Amino acid sequence: MFEWQELLEVLSLRDYNTRLVVSSAVLLGAACGPMGAYLVLRRRSLMGDALSHATLPGVALAFLASVWLGGDGKSLPLLLCGAALTGLLGCGVVQFIRDRTRIKDDAAMGIVLSVFFGLGVVLLGFIQSMPKGSAAGLESFIYGKTASMVQNDFFVLSGSALVVLSAPVLLFKELRLLCFDGEYAAVLGWPVKRLDALLMLLLTVIVVAGLQAVGLVLIIAFLVIPGASARFWTERLDQMLLLSALFGAFSGWLGAALSALAPRLPPGALIVLVASVGFALSFFFGRERGLFIQFLRRRFLMQQGDAKDDLVCHR
Amino acid sequence: MSEAITSRSTDQEAALKVQNLTVAYQSNPVVRGVDFSIPKGRLAAMVGPNGAGKSTVLKACLELLPRLSGDVRIHGDLFRKQRRRVAYVPQRESVDWDFPVSVLDVVAMGAYGRLGWFRRVNRSVKAAAAEALERVGMSAYADRQISQLSGGQQQRTFLARALVQEADLFFLDEPFAAVDVATEQAVMELLRDLRARGATCLVVHHDLATVPQYFDWVVLLNEQVLANGPTESVFTADKVSQTYGGKLVFSRKFFGSDGSDV
Repeated sequence: MFEWQELLEVLSLRDYNTRLVVSSAVLLGAACGPMGAYLVLRRRSLMGDALSHATLPGVALAFLASVWLGGDGKSLPLLLCGAALTGLLGCGVVQFIRDRTRIKDDAAMGIVLSVFFGLGVVLLGFIQSMPKGSAAGLESFIYGKTASMVQNDFFVLSGSALVVLSAPVLLFKELRLLCFDGEYAAVLGWPVKRLDALLMLLLTVIVVAGLQAVGLVLIIAFLVIPGASARFWTERLDQMLLLSALFGAFSGWLGAALSALAPRLPPGALIVLVASVGFALSFFFGRERGLFIQFLRRRFLMQQGDAKDDLVCHR
Repeated sequence: MSEAITSRSTDQEAALKVQNLTVAYQSNPVVRGVDFSIPKGRLAAMVGPNGAGKSTVLKACLELLPRLSGDVRIHGDLFRKQRRRVAYVPQRESVDWDFPVSVLDVVAMGAYGRLGWFRRVNRSVKAAAAEALERVGMSAYADRQISQLSGGQQQRTFLARALVQEADLFFLDEPFAAVDVATEQAVMELLRDLRARGATCLVVHHDLATVPQYFDWVVLLNEQVLANGPTESVFTADKVSQTYGGKLVFSRKFFGSDGSDV
């Protein structure tokens, strides 16, 4: 298949383009990890999915608006702004449905996710059928196109990642309280709604920044899998956040490097597969909550029980 | 003139004064026109059937729920100005006990209000948290992950967190729900100790049998306040039965004339 030499070259990032792609994936993974950990802890994992799917109509609408204004529709900042806007709108609709009706979170997210995504697909189809429209490239938002990233994309991504990563560092205490007991936080006088909105905004930032790299379908895996994996290893929030960032960064590095070796395999999918292998390992061998340690603990308890039984019998 | 002064001084004596409070969920009023007040240094129970709106009143006092109307005064002032003097013990089920924090972490949260933005939990907060754990008899559990706690231990943890707030008005939402006898005794002992130090407590309570023994002030609530005052004059068979919609029949000894009979 490929030479070891080549493998080493890619994993050690000797080639400029590979370096760009892989570092983007690493940064994205590191920033997605802690955001995903918060989502998992608040049982809002689907919110990330709803958000990412709701970005598609925004991309299409931004393209249309730009063409209508006389541009070629390929301005990346504009497309990302569109994505962020409908993404946030999607989250707003979820919250509106949840607060104003008896429909629960999960159903509201399912509705928003599918309706917004459907709308996006229709708009993309419409763009494709336009006489002037060359929508080539817009589909890359669905599955990602890490391999063709340029330096500008890298700057956008690293800036976003730094902003997102600063939140769990600066606001560790505040976010811990918000996630554990929001009502209590409100009684103490913390602006709970604003903190909640901040988390949502940071999630949007990293999702939109990651759209290009892994695409809107798979970004949820980048968010949730590292966070969920980290939970198996620790009972402390600070360690969990750090671990999820490391898991995310590692998956990004290995997945993107592998896809550089086999250019036909999409990087987003490879990253997710690497992350899921990490999840499986954590699931079985996690130091605090893995199946294996639980099995050992149970056996230890049973043995203690047996020993006590023996004592009773002998007496 | 003299009247104004008198009314103000009584206002100041009340640790909590609620007037004409109406709260609604999605336009259905849950409680309407609620009026009551609790003097300083009292151990007060809020009693009423399920769905009477007890937790709702508590949360509306703490501005966790929007009110349609009404006025809440804490030591004569708005809650948001007296925040530091108020501690809250929510229902145990209101949080995820699988959250990755230790018991000490949770108790230290009581100090987050006075710590302010960005400042980390420091040594003095940890010391205060450890002392609060000592007071509720949970010192041995400081480093435990909270998912390993029993119901009673969870309740004590929440109580310790409230102690760390250094407040003098405590709101407790069903602290005795599904806890063991030892915890119930420990919590009561602590509440009496707080009262001895001049603090005021409002406790949502379910067990009618223990009301006269535990509390010296009672608020009877069923969508509105049916009675509010010292236990011996308010907690009578007539009034309690009226609160529960006349569906309950109590034995005499329940409301012994000396108030101590259970």
